Amino acid sequence: MIRRFGPTERALHWVHATGFLAMLATGLVLYLPVLSELVARRNLVKNIHLLAAVLWIVALVLVFLAGDRRRLREDWREIETLDADDRDWLRGRKKPQGKFNAGQKVNALMTAAFAILFLVSGFFLWLGERDHRFLFDGTGTVHEWLTLGSVALLVGHLYLAVIHPSTRHALRGITVGNVREDWAREHHAKWVDKQEHLSD
Amino acid sequence: MNDRLLGRGAFLGLVGAGLAGLFYGRDATKLVGKAVPSPVKAIVPSSGWRIYSIGRELPRLDPKAYRLTITGAVAQPVTYSLADLRALPQTTQVSDFHCVTGWSVYDVTWQGVKFRDLFAEAGVKPSAKALRFVSAEVPYDDTLTLGQAYAADAMLALDLDGKPLSVPHGFPARVVMPRMYGYKSVKWVSRIEVEPHLETVGYWEQRGYDEDAWVGASN
Repeated sequence: MIRRFGPTERALHWVHATGFLAMLATGLVLYLPVLSELVARRNLVKNIHLLAAVLWIVALVLVFLAGDRRRLREDWREIETLDADDRDWLRGRKKPQGKFNAGQKVNALMTAAFAILFLVSGFFLWLGERDHRFLFDGTGTVHEWLTLGSVALLVGHLYLAVIHPSTRHALRGITVGNVREDWAREHHAKWVDKQEHLSD
Repeated sequence: MNDRLLGRGAFLGLVGAGLAGLFYGRDATKLVGKAVPSPVKAIVPSSGWRIYSIGRELPRLDPKAYRLTITGAVAQPVTYSLADLRALPQTTQVSDFHCVTGWSVYDVTWQGVKFRDLFAEAGVKPSAKALRFVSAEVPYDDTLTLGQAYAADAMLALDLDGKPLSVPHGFPARVVMPRMYGYKSVKWVSRIEVEPHLETVGYWEQRGYDEDAWVGASN
């Protein structure tokens, strides 16, 4: 077994996942006519949605402040870097990958951008209702497109993490924290090499 | 190429595009909303109906028991059944529906009764100034001045796109005032009070929205 994700990384992932699912469930009730009709209680659902948003962002900040910030910064540095191997990998060629493969990097970059945009557009939806100077034309539109985009990402993410036979071992990394070495060598060769150099 | 700039650029570009969308996203989306068939519209951002209500559940009014009462500054209060309303002169219009929260539905066909025809029997007194529409969804209400209600495109609608209103759209009768934001178009109307003053403030107006909710020129 080889160590893959520490407590900070795992906490960050699951805090975000929990917050996202809570906001998705309540958001869909506010958005989809069939669910709005079924559940009604719009004000209550909206308040839960807003409470979930506040808890989500507070928890993310706490994980960042109390956690291993250096490790998170290293992860982000790796995620931002799309090297020649990554670009080939995205074109469908098999190339050795680092701690995150290029697909995971794209998913993480999009998820991070979406999180920021969800927060900003959601804040202005809330503020615009109270002060109409901040009721911008496209705020709801952005929030809604983000929902569709995130659900598409989530479906792919869940398929690869839970169903697809060759990749689903990755789920162990983000739950328990470690993965099989042979699996890591096959999927994240450059990362395993680097780990071995560090421990030499 | 700087490998790190590529990912960071994509990330910042995405954030930037999203921020621009706060201001231009609705217009950019408009074409998509018009192009897709109506079942799909339900999930296209800013197109298709959203169902807003204020209570624990939507009012499900029995069409047989339904009565619309017209009271207040009238020569004689009148109570209509749904069949009575259908027997009044009917009018049809195609208009766009705009919600104050930013979504719109285009080319909606409404059929119903113009307020002038609706009040013919009750007889609005010369002192009358405004109408208060009381919803079966308590405590929702809203108002129009008599002048606004007599506009060519204001009506009490019974049909939406050729079919009787569904429950989420205010069955059996709702106000339609297409040039004002949707919160003026009271659903599940059960009583209309003709008022000799302009002082009554509607549900959303009590919560900060404009009384004269002209699309594009209010809130």
